[in-house]
Amino acid sequence: MMKQPTAPHTSSANLDAGQLTDIVQDILQQAKRRGASASEAGISIESGFSVNVRLGEVETIEHNRDKGLGVTVYFGQRKGSASTTDFSPRAIADTVEAACNIARYTEADEYAGLAEAQFLARDIPNLDLFHPWQIDTAAAVELACECEQAARDSDARITNTEGAYVSTHSGLRVYGTSHGFLADTASSHHSLGCTVIAQQADEMQRDYWYSVSRLATELEPAVAIGKLAAQRAVQRLQARHIKTQQLPVIFSAEVARGLLGHLIRAISGGALYRKASFLLDMLDQTIFPQYIHIDERPHIPRALGSAPFDNEGVATQARAIVHAGQLQSYVLDSYAARRLGMQTTGNAGGVHNLFISDSGMDLPGLLQKMQRGILVTEVMGQGVNIVSGDYSRGATGFWVENGVIQYPIEEFTLAGNLKQMFTQVLAIGNDIDRRGNVHTGSWLIENMTIAGE
Amino acid sequence: MTTSALLLARQNLLAPAELDEQKLQQVVGQILGHHIDYADLYFQSSRHESWVLEDGIVKDGQYNIEQGVGVRAVSGEKTGFAYSDEILLPALTTAAQAARAIAQQGQQQQVRAWQASTTPQLYSTDDPLAVLSADDKVALLQQLDVQARAIDPRVKQVIVSLAGVHEIVLIVASDGTFSADVRPLVRLNVSVIAEQNGRREQGSAGGGGRVSYDYFRQEDRAAGFAREAVRQALVNLDAIDAPAGTMPVVLGPGWPGVLLHEAVGHGLEGDFNRKGSSIFAGRIGERVASKHCTVIDDGSINHRRGSLNLDDEGTPTQANVLIENGILKGYMQDKLNARLMGMSPTGNGRRESYANLTLPRMTNTYLQAGHTDPQEIIASVKRGIYAVNFGGGQVDITSGKFVFSASEAYLIENGKVTAPVKGATLIGNGPDVMNKISMVGNDLQLDTGVGVCGKEGQSIPVGVGQPTLKIDNLTVGGTSAQ
Repeated sequence: MMKQPTAPHTSSANLDAGQLTDIVQDILQQAKRRGASASEAGISIESGFSVNVRLGEVETIEHNRDKGLGVTVYFGQRKGSASTTDFSPRAIADTVEAACNIARYTEADEYAGLAEAQFLARDIPNLDLFHPWQIDTAAAVELACECEQAARDSDARITNTEGAYVSTHSGLRVYGTSHGFLADTASSHHSLGCTVIAQQADEMQRDYWYSVSRLATELEPAVAIGKLAAQRAVQRLQARHIKTQQLPVIFSAEVARGLLGHLIRAISGGALYRKASFLLDMLDQTIFPQYIHIDERPHIPRALGSAPFDNEGVATQARAIVHAGQLQSYVLDSYAARRLGMQTTGNAGGVHNLFISDSGMDLPGLLQKMQRGILVTEVMGQGVNIVSGDYSRGATGFWVENGVIQYPIEEFTLAGNLKQMFTQVLAIGNDIDRRGNVHTGSWLIENMTIAGE
Repeated sequence: MTTSALLLARQNLLAPAELDEQKLQQVVGQILGHHIDYADLYFQSSRHESWVLEDGIVKDGQYNIEQGVGVRAVSGEKTGFAYSDEILLPALTTAAQAARAIAQQGQQQQVRAWQASTTPQLYSTDDPLAVLSADDKVALLQQLDVQARAIDPRVKQVIVSLAGVHEIVLIVASDGTFSADVRPLVRLNVSVIAEQNGRREQGSAGGGGRVSYDYFRQEDRAAGFAREAVRQALVNLDAIDAPAGTMPVVLGPGWPGVLLHEAVGHGLEGDFNRKGSSIFAGRIGERVASKHCTVIDDGSINHRRGSLNLDDEGTPTQANVLIENGILKGYMQDKLNARLMGMSPTGNGRRESYANLTLPRMTNTYLQAGHTDPQEIIASVKRGIYAVNFGGGQVDITSGKFVFSASEAYLIENGKVTAPVKGATLIGNGPDVMNKISMVGNDLQLDTGVGVCGKEGQSIPVGVGQPTLKIDNLTVGGTSAQ
């Protein structure tokens, strides 16, 4: 099913960072009193709202107020975790007790434990991630209506919509450990998007566009989002089927993001120590063509993936993951690092702002380079096997001939193996999609199997 | 003897906050006083635990307690929604004020008198987590690890997880609903990685339902999951490239019913049809599948993962015939969409938790058994695919395009099942594919209780099922083009 960026939230239970910090310290103390040799606790509050409008009318207004706390305790090498949404002293005590109870039954794991103290973040940079949006629901409704109306006005074939939405949330998180780490981070997240339906005779096609940012003023204009959503839906009309064949494929930037996601899963600690990755033992080996570089840059002000420290308090740092086509670094938390006899890379919880180099070509340039093949603008289904690298997914896109788009195509599959696909990237576009944690342009891949009619 | 759901709900949700029916009536009344057509309160408390074994040791356990109340106010097609994770009168009142701000116009209404309803008993109200001691849970996981590894030396990794939820919900609505449900849900999963000559493949099996952990110790079920996960991984070690192209596809019984969930299920949810965004909108009474197809969504099957005594709006679940002999009969509805479409609620109003809005959702969706021997179905295919296990699927309800990804499949050559093939995605158009179902077996099975359905960011447990069936032509997304 279609996915929208995660649900929204605004200002919460009137708790401030000081109060949350007190709760975290109290939890760590309670764990110690119950005999835990080490512990870590995280607490967060988030609040906000989202509005959905459809055909010019309000459909839903949702007010969100979420809070939660989690604790993990270690008794030597035994571990237990518990969490709750209830911040009453009684519930907090019960939660710590529940975690300790579990640790009584789990078995000693020699690799379990907090991150090594020397890797913890000390000087924590302010990455400017907190920009609450001073907007009320009425203004948000107006903005969403403007977005949807722009879509409906832009083409007579936009006959229906699934609506437009505005969501805003901001939150505060405090994380602390028994070996002295304690820090809070505040962040905000806003989005604006629209899903519309284009119709011609009996055919209906749906598409969407959205913008997301930590700063409301950096969202794309509502009208531009609406127009682009409409254009994308209309372009899908009169889609044809294609024959089964081998062809070069361009993954458009928003879809190529997923390919980088598969790379990250395959070089993540969990997949590696379980030997459940198609990129086992590939460190310092060539996995991409030589012109490709992939970097992680966690400290970019206001960026969606920015974080001064990871989920274990480990300092994040800018580094190369792939340099000149060679895999330079895995993506590890401290547990996986210990399992592999390596050092944590500050990736507990994931990567922070991933960038891939481009080949200096825009999308039309890539189409020219490909000459004949397909441009994929949507993939469907879960057919990605990280253990073997086997890739088989449903897709929608455009037929390209003589270096230009000819007509929309649908109901075909793309299949290959990721390991091979990575070595066959002929070019990366400079049409970079910046909506998220992974920044990439479109990818041209030399050859894949297309199954169709 | 199990305790009444309503009694448990009063004790656990209302009593600690000193709330009673009179106070709730006042809250609902305050919302309605603001030109609202309908309002409801959804109280929920849940306890969740999970245990995970890896590398032969139970290395992780989690325990989670969650509770809260969601407040919804509906005015025409507009919905205002707010929630609180504190079940206290002031928090409830604040949420009610936020929710009712949605109304600009509407009819003045009164709260109907609460109607005492008897909750069906498709499952026990007893705590499913308490049946096993922590020692027994750990021992169960360890035993499965040993069993899985003992089956074959090629098994290199075993991960076993056990999870259980005990949840109490109370629904109070302006239409007189005052109902409670106490819902157990347990799940056991075994996944393995097998290795042979440097090639590694995975296999996974599991199940559960609205039962207690005892279920896994009965009828050798737990060990059965271990055997099944290993069997799948070993089969995949020998898998050859899947074919690419359009060909006959035979789907095995049970979990491959994910076909129905994607090809027709989502497209028949009331909200998409009210909005006209589904390919099935406005087609009741029309042929949307071959005459062999009767598709039912039934939330009232005992102990099933997708079952509910009452949906999340207090409507009792029931068997809903969606498609009968190929003709579209009805949609799945919650109260809002039913009212706006002039239909009746069907017991399909569901939400992930108190913090989410209710949507029309599936429960257990299956295709009724036909009369054909499954062997005869396979024998009828000269060259095609026999797919028996799937990862999951996805659908675009507007264009009708859907995919589902096989994780265990075989070639059919001259009527015989031959070599295993690698996982491949199958793609088609819902009504199109349903019209190409030419043979339906007599071996209806429901899945083992593993399904999770996602819609608008909300995940809920569901079930699927079907007998063996044949689709005359479907696009198979392998790598081996011929």
